[in-house]
Amino acid sequence: MRGFLRRLRALTVKEFRQLFRDRSNLLLGIGLPIILIFIFGYGITFDITGIKLGVVNMSGSEISRKLTSGVSGAPIFRVIRYTGVQEAEQDFVNQKIEGYLVFRNDFEREYRKGNGKIQFMMDGKDPNRAQTAYMYLTSALGGAISKDPGTPRVGITAETRMWFNQPASSTWYIVPGLVVLIMTLVGTFLTALVMAREYERGTLEAIFVSPVRPVEIIIGKIIPYFCVGILGFALCLLAARELFDVPIRCSILLLSLVSMLYLVVALAIGLLISAVTRNQFVASQLSVLVTFLPCIMLSGFIFDLRNTPEVILYIGHLLPSTYYMETLKTLFLAGDVHSVILKNSLILTLYAVGFTGITMMITRKRLD
Amino acid sequence: MTESFYMIMALLRKEMLTIFKDPSSRALLIVPPIIQAFLFGYVATFDLKEVNYAFNDRCHCEASRELRAEINGSGFFVEKPVSGGNSMDSYIDAMNREEILVIVSVDENFEKKVKNRGDAKVQVLLDGRNSTTAGTAGGYLSQIVSRFSEKKGFMNAPFSLEYRPLYNLNSITRWNILPALIATLSLIQVIMLSALSVARERERGTFEQLLVTPLTQMQILAGKAIPPIIVGLGQSSFILLVALFWFKVPFSGNILSLYFGLLLFTCACVGYGLSISAFAANMQQAMLYAFVLLVPLALLSGLMTPIANMPDVWQYMTWLNPLRYAIDFARRVYLEGAAIPELWYDLLPLALISMITLSFAGWMFRHHVV
Repeated sequence: MRGFLRRLRALTVKEFRQLFRDRSNLLLGIGLPIILIFIFGYGITFDITGIKLGVVNMSGSEISRKLTSGVSGAPIFRVIRYTGVQEAEQDFVNQKIEGYLVFRNDFEREYRKGNGKIQFMMDGKDPNRAQTAYMYLTSALGGAISKDPGTPRVGITAETRMWFNQPASSTWYIVPGLVVLIMTLVGTFLTALVMAREYERGTLEAIFVSPVRPVEIIIGKIIPYFCVGILGFALCLLAARELFDVPIRCSILLLSLVSMLYLVVALAIGLLISAVTRNQFVASQLSVLVTFLPCIMLSGFIFDLRNTPEVILYIGHLLPSTYYMETLKTLFLAGDVHSVILKNSLILTLYAVGFTGITMMITRKRLD
Repeated sequence: MTESFYMIMALLRKEMLTIFKDPSSRALLIVPPIIQAFLFGYVATFDLKEVNYAFNDRCHCEASRELRAEINGSGFFVEKPVSGGNSMDSYIDAMNREEILVIVSVDENFEKKVKNRGDAKVQVLLDGRNSTTAGTAGGYLSQIVSRFSEKKGFMNAPFSLEYRPLYNLNSITRWNILPALIATLSLIQVIMLSALSVARERERGTFEQLLVTPLTQMQILAGKAIPPIIVGLGQSSFILLVALFWFKVPFSGNILSLYFGLLLFTCACVGYGLSISAFAANMQQAMLYAFVLLVPLALLSGLMTPIANMPDVWQYMTWLNPLRYAIDFARRVYLEGAAIPELWYDLLPLALISMITLSFAGWMFRHHVV
């Protein structure tokens, strides 16, 4: 046991030195998390704002003016007024506006009969944006005339409340996802790259012929990258709390424990990739392919897996990051929901044991 | 002239061999883009499929039963039985466990209010852990409720909104993402491939050997740039095929225009990749730099969120991002059928970026910084 600890300490010290010697490692370990925090915190939002909407008012009636001002009062729209349809069409084709409303000449007359028609043209390339614009328009137009005498009160209405995320801000679900992304990138990509380099250069053989055991090599390798990952995690947590005001409704201890567990999984995947490929080029391509985009696209980070076909749902659930993502969103926004956390932690533990086991088997085999 | 051509061909042959000789690296360049196109084509949607919900009926009246039938009949919402009985508490527990996304609830005097033409409210509680999905579900529910209101004889507003989406008439989000993937999925591997090709030779010391051959700098540049360009265009073609024949997204433009834009885009990517290798002492550094560059390029490109939604500073930064232009270009050609002259504002920056980065990379072959 004492020998084990002594050898492990020596190895860990060596790995730390190696890590600090190359600035590019620190760029990935610390620089990348900071870049990501800024991109996701400030650059990316799924809240739809600033829809540039033209309004062509050919009716010139009081009611159409009232409706128009109702629309321009809605914060989601930036209204540009036009006198003729042609000009609006022109600007639409040139992408200066994203859509436009048309009040025809006879709008007022038809409105009095109860069937005034407002045409709404919108760029459908981004259907989500178009759909949201439509919904906001309906409520803005309805709101504009609701105080008018003679306007029927809309009878049965839905009163919507967003549970866990009262301001309905996408940043609140993006930031927990960001933690997952950073841990995955640092854990898997960095580890795969560094280990593959050692395999390729044959420096690992040099360690293999020394009296250290494979377990010690692996643990010695993992510890420095584990620390780098934890640093990234701490940065995210700090940013979530101080910069983005994302609530953290769970115990920090639980959050850290789950994160450490996931970090072990991520590191083990990195080790596995490098041990299998033993080639920097292949290892780097492979680790980017299994971490970066899948983590963004398939783990429920941005696109809700519940909206995807069954097959994709299952594939998404093959990724450990999906379980970590679910857990983090729940922990940050809902709090300590034990049934979700326990189930997902158990699955992550299985992944950790599985990946480490396979890696050790491969390392040992190569040693013989 | 012919001699110079043969020299470039010889170098190209060598470069293609280094990329495609190893079966595992060959597979890595062909299989992943295809798999990703399938997976992401399916997953990248904000369209709701089916939403599990619970109906908390405290009225047990005709009106609430009708509303429930209306929601169940919409095709979007599926009532899901929850454990622990039909109380608000057990519904909320189920929501915590992510078993249901929405709780619709009507209170005791719902029927009375509907009958008396009063202000009848339907409470809708949404799981905001994904506020985008929740918002869409909430929007659908509001529409169902207002339709129901009309049905129950409440008067509607004296106007109606006639909505006509242009360009993507079926409102399928997938149509928006697939043309963008044609450029995005090749970006990643093209940048890594070109960043590595010089770094690998530097690490092994063979780059110096290349420099002392009779090849000129331009010829070496061509030899290093053309293989990743071919790989990139090949990957884009696979994704294009998946979009066309698997997802059946109709192609409205000219295929040659699309390839012209993609060629400029891939040149710009290769330019970035080769420039990175000038700053890298070895393969590991080249990989790390490439990766740190890739992440913002992929994320701040308009792939998932429109650039117009970003703060101004971020929008200016995207001017340097070739993917930003390529995605806009691909969407406009693919979905709108735009022609090349209309798209000069995408093509000109791509040409500029390619020229600057490629000439920098070529110059750097001899003036290495590290």
